Amino acid sequence: MSGKSFFVDLTKCTACRGCQIACKQWNKLPAEQTRNHGSHQNPMDVSAITYKTVHMKEVADDKGFMAAWLFFPEQCRHCTEPPCKMTADAYDDTAILQDEVTGAITFTEKTKDLPDFDEIREACPYNIPRQDAATKVITKCTMCLDRVQNGLKPACVQACPTGTMNFGDRDEMLALAEKRLAEVQKKFPDAVLGDADSTRVIYLYQMDPQKFHDFAVASATTPGLMNRKAMFAKLFGSTSRSKA
Amino acid sequence: MTNHWIDFKNSDCILIMGSNAAENHPICWKWVTRAQETGATVIHVDPRYTRTSSKSDMYVPLRSGSDIGVLGGMIKYILDNDLTQKEYVLHYTNASFLVSKDFSFSDGLFSGFDEAGRKYDKKSWSFEMDENGVPKRDMTLKDPRCVYQILKKHYDRYDSKKVSAISGSPEDQLLAFYKAYTATGKPDKAGTILYAMGWTQHTVGVQNIRAMSIIQLLLGNMGVAGGGVNALRGESNVQGSTDQALLFHIIPGYMATPRSNWATYDDYNTANTPVSKDPKSVNWWQHKPKYFASLLKSFYKEADLPTAYSWMPKLDAGQNASWLVLFDKMLKGQFKGFFAWGMNPAASGADSNKTREAMSKLDWMVNVNMFENETGSFWKGPGVDPKKIKTEVFFLPCAVSVEKEGSISNSGRWMQWRYAGPSPMGESKPDGDIIYELALKIRELYKKDKGAFPDPVLGLNVDDWGDGHVFDPHKVAKLINGYFLKDTTIKGADGKETVYKAGSQVPSFVMLQADGSTCSGNWIYTASYTDKGNMAERRDKTQTPEQAKIGLFPGWTWSWPVNRRIIYNRASVDLEGKPWAPQKPVLAWDGANKKWLIDVVDGGGDAGAKHPFIMQKHGVGQIYGPGLNDGPLPEYYEPLECPVTEHPFSTQLNSPTALMFAEDAHKRTTCDPRFPFVCTSYRVTEHWQTGVLTRWLPWLTEAQPQMFCEMSEELAELKGIKNGEKVILENPRGQLWAIAIVTKRLKPFDVMGNPVHVVGIPWHYGWVWPKDGGDAANLLTPAVGDPNTGIPETKAFMVNVKKA
Repeated sequence: MSGKSFFVDLTKCTACRGCQIACKQWNKLPAEQTRNHGSHQNPMDVSAITYKTVHMKEVADDKGFMAAWLFFPEQCRHCTEPPCKMTADAYDDTAILQDEVTGAITFTEKTKDLPDFDEIREACPYNIPRQDAATKVITKCTMCLDRVQNGLKPACVQACPTGTMNFGDRDEMLALAEKRLAEVQKKFPDAVLGDADSTRVIYLYQMDPQKFHDFAVASATTPGLMNRKAMFAKLFGSTSRSKA
Repeated sequence: MTNHWIDFKNSDCILIMGSNAAENHPICWKWVTRAQETGATVIHVDPRYTRTSSKSDMYVPLRSGSDIGVLGGMIKYILDNDLTQKEYVLHYTNASFLVSKDFSFSDGLFSGFDEAGRKYDKKSWSFEMDENGVPKRDMTLKDPRCVYQILKKHYDRYDSKKVSAISGSPEDQLLAFYKAYTATGKPDKAGTILYAMGWTQHTVGVQNIRAMSIIQLLLGNMGVAGGGVNALRGESNVQGSTDQALLFHIIPGYMATPRSNWATYDDYNTANTPVSKDPKSVNWWQHKPKYFASLLKSFYKEADLPTAYSWMPKLDAGQNASWLVLFDKMLKGQFKGFFAWGMNPAASGADSNKTREAMSKLDWMVNVNMFENETGSFWKGPGVDPKKIKTEVFFLPCAVSVEKEGSISNSGRWMQWRYAGPSPMGESKPDGDIIYELALKIRELYKKDKGAFPDPVLGLNVDDWGDGHVFDPHKVAKLINGYFLKDTTIKGADGKETVYKAGSQVPSFVMLQADGSTCSGNWIYTASYTDKGNMAERRDKTQTPEQAKIGLFPGWTWSWPVNRRIIYNRASVDLEGKPWAPQKPVLAWDGANKKWLIDVVDGGGDAGAKHPFIMQKHGVGQIYGPGLNDGPLPEYYEPLECPVTEHPFSTQLNSPTALMFAEDAHKRTTCDPRFPFVCTSYRVTEHWQTGVLTRWLPWLTEAQPQMFCEMSEELAELKGIKNGEKVILENPRGQLWAIAIVTKRLKPFDVMGNPVHVVGIPWHYGWVWPKDGGDAANLLTPAVGDPNTGIPETKAFMVNVKKA
């Protein structure tokens, strides 16, 4: 499969928020009015004006001491077969686009005319799409397509100081992911890659992805949202799917 | 730093203590990760489990202020288990030196303590000298008066049980930490220490670092790749600023500020130039008169040296003009005016209420900054009635760093030239321009009105600062490097004579002269801007294979001194010039061509010809250090405000020489049930210093919007506090609100059998903005300081915490 992909090595992430803020800066997104909720994480969720936020989860051992502090820089996964687009296409196949060269999934202004935002949001296994309350436009990470088309890396990848965020041709990123997985498994035997086959944002988790974030990986037990199988059944009346 | 950022990747064991490196120096973390990828162990010792701990291989909890216990315990562990790098300790440190018969130590005090004056007479701490004036040595290290035996005796009390009892660090975790780190005592292994304010901001700050320096010398970790004692500086150019003597006690190039008891130029040189009779000791400071003369000529180009010295401002003998002393005097009305330049004392100085009240005694203040801040606006702060404030405040807007051309010297001593990006906005100006204009205007007034003492002002060399109107960073950089004031003939090491023409740049400090024929604004920067060009502008990544192995990058910018990247590097080879660690050498001796390869060697001469620690008078690393104000060896004392009435190492509870002010005594508490919790202050990635710049950036305030207080689940339960709700912290100095972060990352410490709770707060907030962000952590911190540096003890003090 061609196009671009991200490889996000969570074993290196220090939650510095460089990615989160670079995204805001490049996209000229306004800041949320936040307050401290009793943690270092802010904003607590992606939104119409927050395409990337770093989740922080404390994991305790059986004696109540810290076993791990897990960091998850959340963003749209740019699925290879995006359920959001497949849902929107039923109404307007120019509202959500899939770039032929990179595979980037982008939400256009036309998303404001889609009849049911919740339908789009619930189609996403990762709970990413958000709607601007005033304009009704649906927004999310753009893969910094304007930067990528001009030979630059996405802003978050450029800003990352630790080597957590990587970006490039899909086969290169998949090879890097597999290489790192093998290295990391020596120290963290439960390490896995998340949804490497179906997304273009491949995370390397040092332990069970669900510990990082409820919507880290698409799963049958993801609460409240349709899983991929059910969604395809709804759209096509069967569990088979066409190739991208 | 003795080493540099990239060098971390060469380490076998990285200790992060007194630092939260992943959060506060995030860019450096990739070098720590590289070290881990080659098998290095990363150990984080800290009161809190932080983002640094989450990426470390080992985390050891430590009660704030108990570091010397833990480090003393490691010294004992090294000596008891015979883990020293023996050849290194014998030949490269003062372990074998004999100490004066008059030296003694008893119950927390060294010999020579003057109780009334709260200071030491250090005479009895000296070494015993032989008939040639060279320290006597016992190379068997068995003499009870040799440094090695004194060290062993001193730390005998620091067994792991006592250390665990006072620090609250579990004994098994301490031993695992000691075992892992001390394995770097093997000659081909290197351990490094990354530290920052967590070590310096204590009344025992300097001794914290001394303790680690002793450990590094015992293990042979100084001067090697992946070793060293590495301060992670808290501001991009604070290294440059200390090099240029922002601190009161030094002048540029780390020479002592002239004092009134050194009445003449010759008196200064006699008092400040060390003499060594050991032919193997390079004793580099013997050249100080050349650097001092050159500095004086850079200030007062036309004056002769004795006159220039008479023009230099002086401190009185014994005068302490450090930060806390200044604000104490300001409170007493002893200052008419104050330049608060690129700083925010109303939020950054310990005891904010004292600082803010002190500023109200001024006639005038000049506040140079980019944004409105708590200092320039102190007169309309919370609880202040502007009608009652007489101070006239002038706000001068200054340019942002990216709007200015000039250099920044990073923690690794790399002087890096930067170009101006956008032009300064509105009427804001670069600091250099503001200073230059002020100087020109002041000189104009002195010419017109004569003034009390016009000579130094009118004799000041401002010609080299600019073109008469605009500050020129290149001209100043060239002056700092230095140039010849007259044609000068110098004979080189090879006997050849070279004539340096007047006006040409001095190629290296080796050519600076004591007779006034050279000028140099800072001898350690000589060679940075020569006739070949501005070395700080270089961006060349070329390396030899050996340089590439350790990431030396000698062609990337320029490091002082003379582009040496790892200092004390002569200690990286044995007496024959063979590297201790052949897989990552810093130096290699090319016997055929009689020269050193890889890094710039520390001090000339063949292998084994000279002692490696060339800046020390006796040429060796100081395990025993007779020069500090609080003792030749680190000793355990509690912070001045502490949660215990005694500790296991002596009956001397606190540092007997700590800086404190009698008038503040009523505001200090120890073991007071009203203020039972230890509080520490720290930083986060998302804000910087007092937040003067970062609080105005919406994306940063979005990520960290409010003052918070991290506390354990146990303390929260004790006080009925829920995560995310407002709490009040208070003590006799002040109070503030914060949002509670209730977390497992803090746990109560078992100290001498009792639970001690530690809470932590960031110091990034101030009342000016955002409106619901909170106020300065320093409202709670005490104005007490280290006896050597005066740095305030903001890392451990007592508070109460309660629901708002």
